Amino acid sequence: MKSVVSLPELPLRKLAVVEAVEGDRAFRRRIMEMGLIPGTKVRLVAVAPMGDPLTLELRSSRLSLRRKEAAQVRVRV
Amino acid sequence: MSQSSTPASAESLRPLVALAGHPNTGKTTLFNVLTGSRARVGNYPGITVERRMGEAGLEGVGPVDVLDIPGTYSLVARTGEEQIAINAMLGLAGQRRPDAVVICVDATQFVRSSHLVLQALEFGLPVLVALTMTDEAKEAAPDPAEMGRHLGCEVVSVVAAHGRGVAELNTAIARRLRDPERREIWHWQPTAWLRRLLAETRTALPADWPSCDAMALWALMSVEPGDELHGIPAALRRAVHLPPETRKRVDDEAILGRYAFMDATLAPLGHHEPDRSLTERVDRILIHPWLGLLIFLLLMFVLFEGLFAGADPLIHLIERVFAAAGDEIKHALPGSILGHFVADGLLAGVGAVAMFLPQILLLFFFLGLLEDSGYLARVAFLMDRPMRAMHLHGRAFIPLLAGFACAVPAIMATRTMERRRDRVLAMMVIPLTTCSARLPVYTLIIGSLFPARRIGGVLPAQGLLVVFMYAFGMAAALLAALILSRALPPLRSRRLPLVLELPPYRRPRLRDVRGMVWDRSRRFVTDAGTLIVICSVVLWGLLDFPRQPASPSRDWKAAIAQVEPAARPEVERAKEAERLQQSYAGRIGKLMEPAIAPLGFDWKIGIGLVGAFVAREVFVATMGVVYGLEPDTAGSSLTLREKLRQEKRPDGSPLYTPLVGLSLLLFFALACQCTSTLAVVRRETGSLRWPLFLFAYTSVLAWLVSFAAYQTGRLLGL
Repeated sequence: MKSVVSLPELPLRKLAVVEAVEGDRAFRRRIMEMGLIPGTKVRLVAVAPMGDPLTLELRSSRLSLRRKEAAQVRVRV
Repeated sequence: MSQSSTPASAESLRPLVALAGHPNTGKTTLFNVLTGSRARVGNYPGITVERRMGEAGLEGVGPVDVLDIPGTYSLVARTGEEQIAINAMLGLAGQRRPDAVVICVDATQFVRSSHLVLQALEFGLPVLVALTMTDEAKEAAPDPAEMGRHLGCEVVSVVAAHGRGVAELNTAIARRLRDPERREIWHWQPTAWLRRLLAETRTALPADWPSCDAMALWALMSVEPGDELHGIPAALRRAVHLPPETRKRVDDEAILGRYAFMDATLAPLGHHEPDRSLTERVDRILIHPWLGLLIFLLLMFVLFEGLFAGADPLIHLIERVFAAAGDEIKHALPGSILGHFVADGLLAGVGAVAMFLPQILLLFFFLGLLEDSGYLARVAFLMDRPMRAMHLHGRAFIPLLAGFACAVPAIMATRTMERRRDRVLAMMVIPLTTCSARLPVYTLIIGSLFPARRIGGVLPAQGLLVVFMYAFGMAAALLAALILSRALPPLRSRRLPLVLELPPYRRPRLRDVRGMVWDRSRRFVTDAGTLIVICSVVLWGLLDFPRQPASPSRDWKAAIAQVEPAARPEVERAKEAERLQQSYAGRIGKLMEPAIAPLGFDWKIGIGLVGAFVAREVFVATMGVVYGLEPDTAGSSLTLREKLRQEKRPDGSPLYTPLVGLSLLLFFALACQCTSTLAVVRRETGSLRWPLFLFAYTSVLAWLVSFAAYQTGRLLGL
């Protein structure tokens, strides 16, 4: 069964595909330039000690975003 | 500052090769290999970001200048720091226009890294690609020739650390320099709508900017209300002031357009996923919620211990060498002002600069290893949440911690943060952490004025007070960050979202780390060092002049001649005490007295405070001289402690009560009375404004807190 959730809701290490990227313009532009665009495969690989920020794996690189902003990215599981 | 002279005038008319690329793509290693690690380091005008220039010899071309552009993900910019890349690559804002642009592309993530290449090609820049990390990428690396054919520029595979491919890269650069052709290459087609928008925007571009679609696109994507860009004319701002949906549409079209090409045409060139199992395995431990934190704290303990214990023998050695050299000079030139000036003024100042070096070397060596291995980004990840609560950058943790050893290397370590606002905020609060120079002062005050009792028969009261002072310093630093970042417009700037790449773990290259440590130390000595020596000489003058008591209370010469030889040192010390009390510093102390009396201090403490400007621990020695005691730099002198306890106010009550002690402790904890710290802040911010602000706000804060503590204590009858 396929469902659309926001990035922070992903179970750890579960592969998903980016569905849509929203958020503050500069932030959105920067993560898109770094390859987080619709269709990109992404996994949540780590959560920092106090539950924030998160580390994602995409395009064989690792990217950390804060929970609040990562929630602007929707993914399909 | 001499280094920030305009680059165009100061440098030769040799061809200029610019080196660009994402962070962590081996760009610095390549720069070091091309230039033989000899970089002229300056600042970009107006911004304290280092501008590294080197020189390389190219066959058939001769010597060329090589510019190392700070790592960047995109040419689109949001801050002045990010704007450096576009200015340097296009030769805008007074920069020299490069004759070739080498873009480093990490072969293990060449698809994503190519985004920057595509942007540069759209500008028609003379681009060539250095495909780095091919040894690590193995099968995942694309074939350079094929990749070059698709991109429309030359691609050379390089493993800079082993020198592989460097000769080929040199040949390719030489070829590019001989080829005058500049062609705009677009790998995606803007829609008719965007083309119209680009054409309109082009008409609003400043005359000295290239009038091309890429430049118009840059303006559309970068310029927006609230950005922190420099030199954007109002006319252009008006032209690109578009509704948010329109801007998003522009972003989408450009970025998705490029990625469509990259994913369809470039991605198939890599036949494998790169092997990331090492990073995957190591990260499972190092950024594990509690295990990672534990290891981080352990590492920080090692760093801290190294700064404290490791650097100590070296610092003492330097201290002894300079003291011995000073004695030699005084012996060689007995009684002369010149000998006195060289030994106690100049040499002491140079010695003070030299004594900072062991900690600077150690801290930067450690930071270099952390950065090059990829761990420093993990520190920012682990510390982001707690530091953000205080409006500090996650990477500010290490400088703050290093501040407990000494604020000077700690302030230099703020360089690991990219944004000026983050760096300056950290610099403004680091001096509040309890540096090791405060410890002798604390030991003297606590040892003489507080009882060596055990609370409840177990906890040592004096030890607890020391621990309290450390906690107080840290709390003050964090609170100050919180308040300054709200109250001070230049430090306020809206909080930016975190977008932090965690690079793959790699073995640090010692040669690069060594080069960086050498660069930093050299610049500390030449820039901040000069200022520290000057300040040290000025303070020496205040403390040591006039050479004879201005209005002697007795005929000292006769007094010394009269007493028997064994008692002479004592009379000489009494004379020296009177001389210091009547010196310029003594006069300042008396001038200061009305200001510091409400804190419970008298003018003799005022002299000590002047002395503490050289370095805080000098307070102890200065107080020793004020009270005519034997020179003692260790601060453990029992006689000085006795003396403090016996000292009386004019009305006969003891001067140094525990309450005065507390007031003095709080004052020392908060006031940034350290010329070296101020000198290094001046050097790192490139302005006089910040060190002056730092001095002013910490002095006012220290005065207010000491005042509150002393007066409250008095009301309570302490």
